[in-house]
Amino acid sequence: MVAVGQMNEARRARRLRVSSVTTYRVVALVLVFASWEIAGASGLFFRGVIPSTVLIAQAFVRLFGDPAFYTHFAITLFEIVVGFVIGSSIGVIVGLALGINRFTGEVFEPMLHYLASTPKVVFLPILLILFGIGVGSKISLGAMSCFFPMALSVAAGVRTINPMFLRVGQSLNLSLGNRIRKIYIPALTPPIATGLRLGFGIATVGCLMSEIKLSNHGLGYAAMQSYNRFDIPTMLALLLVIFTLAGLGNYLIGRLVRLPGPTNRRVTALPPR
Amino acid sequence: MPPFEENLMPAWLLKPNPISARFLFLAGLLAVWEIASVAGLMSRFIVPPPSEIFPTIALLFTDYDLTGSFLRTFGETFAAAGLGALGGMLGGWWLHHNRVAGKAYTDWVAAIAAAPLVLLFPLFLVIFGRNAATIVAMGTVASLPPVVLKTKEGLDNVRSVLVDVGRTFGLTRWQQVKMIMFPASLPTIFTGLRLGLVFALINVVGVEYLIGFGGMGLLIAELGDRFEIAGMYAAILFVILTSICFFYLTEKLETWLLSAR
Repeated sequence: MVAVGQMNEARRARRLRVSSVTTYRVVALVLVFASWEIAGASGLFFRGVIPSTVLIAQAFVRLFGDPAFYTHFAITLFEIVVGFVIGSSIGVIVGLALGINRFTGEVFEPMLHYLASTPKVVFLPILLILFGIGVGSKISLGAMSCFFPMALSVAAGVRTINPMFLRVGQSLNLSLGNRIRKIYIPALTPPIATGLRLGFGIATVGCLMSEIKLSNHGLGYAAMQSYNRFDIPTMLALLLVIFTLAGLGNYLIGRLVRLPGPTNRRVTALPPR
Repeated sequence: MPPFEENLMPAWLLKPNPISARFLFLAGLLAVWEIASVAGLMSRFIVPPPSEIFPTIALLFTDYDLTGSFLRTFGETFAAAGLGALGGMLGGWWLHHNRVAGKAYTDWVAAIAAAPLVLLFPLFLVIFGRNAATIVAMGTVASLPPVVLKTKEGLDNVRSVLVDVGRTFGLTRWQQVKMIMFPASLPTIFTGLRLGLVFALINVVGVEYLIGFGGMGLLIAELGDRFEIAGMYAAILFVILTSICFFYLTEKLETWLLSAR
């Protein structure tokens, strides 16, 4: 009886906590919304700098009815996806090379580590000279941006593989290709997933920053065009689309790498080192 | 006693040192770059040889006020990181102190930390205009989330036995914060401050380059726009080298702080 009473008490407390958390979240959203409206109407800022949310919603509707928006969207998506695929593929290969050979890792990893922390956008002028203002420079900056987190994540992941698996591979006389396919890649799913999630966000930033700086297409270009026309509601609607795209991509990658496929089952069965 | 023949071999050949190998690789890379550029395998206009780029760094100091650009960028970075540190530590403290708020908002802060915040700069541009305030605001926005998260993590992980000892000594709430909570969580908070500083620098240079205002980012943009290619490469190289030195020093400071715990 006492145990049942305690369980009910705990359940009630948990329910109360959940409702308090929801209340806090709703209050925060209402506060942000109200602050935005008050700031816009207060006259503290130039007229139109902080437009009403109604105007932003109308801009959204206009945006979705405009065929040019879909062209910009498709181009940005293409740049991000291609840059992401190129950068993360090279990142996996380089990460494997650095992780598998200890000496190679000791030589090159510190250089990658420090280069990863530098602002990649400074390379944009070089990429613009090399690839022009078309999609090439955007894809290359996106690829360069997502290469670093992927390579470093995979290299660190290789070193956490249980050496017993590697010894089993050696005793079965597996070739390097087979070892990579049967041991390294399945065991590296979690670091690859981390690298993919980090890389996607950074590739998005890289592609959009290049579009903002110098371009004649894409969502970043469209946002800057709206800024130059002082069409702030459309600019904010485009920024919201960009943030939603980045968030959705991150979510989908997270879901994809968590799918219960045979590869992932093997990974979860690995004993902790 | 090792055989006589082995002693004749230089030590670096017997046991290759990663640091020597790294410098050897960099030297080889520069040599290949120089030869390819001079021999015309790469256009000198697109990729000038290192022998043209390195002397230009000195010119950047005399003709382009590189020292001023450097100080402006780092001034903006430290202003942004300082504001981010203040706001972030207060935010982290509140999320630790108020459990429901911590549960409600920590995931949100983590989501904001992962968002491409630098793309918000047009919004700040219309609010503050094309000036240092926009750059500092962008740096602050980028440096806030890691400081909030790490401050909360540090305070959450303070061992309860330390807090209990403080209570038995009858410490006031402020004394507990000053003498127990803050020192015990300092290494984790410092990790957040370091990340905040790094994020601020990346965003400051990025926004300077994009809006064409400020220090080193503006310098790269200007040199690129004027097609002074060797100067542009030199400025990019300088930004990379200073960023590397900056991250190296903050990382060493963090390691020292963690070991002194």
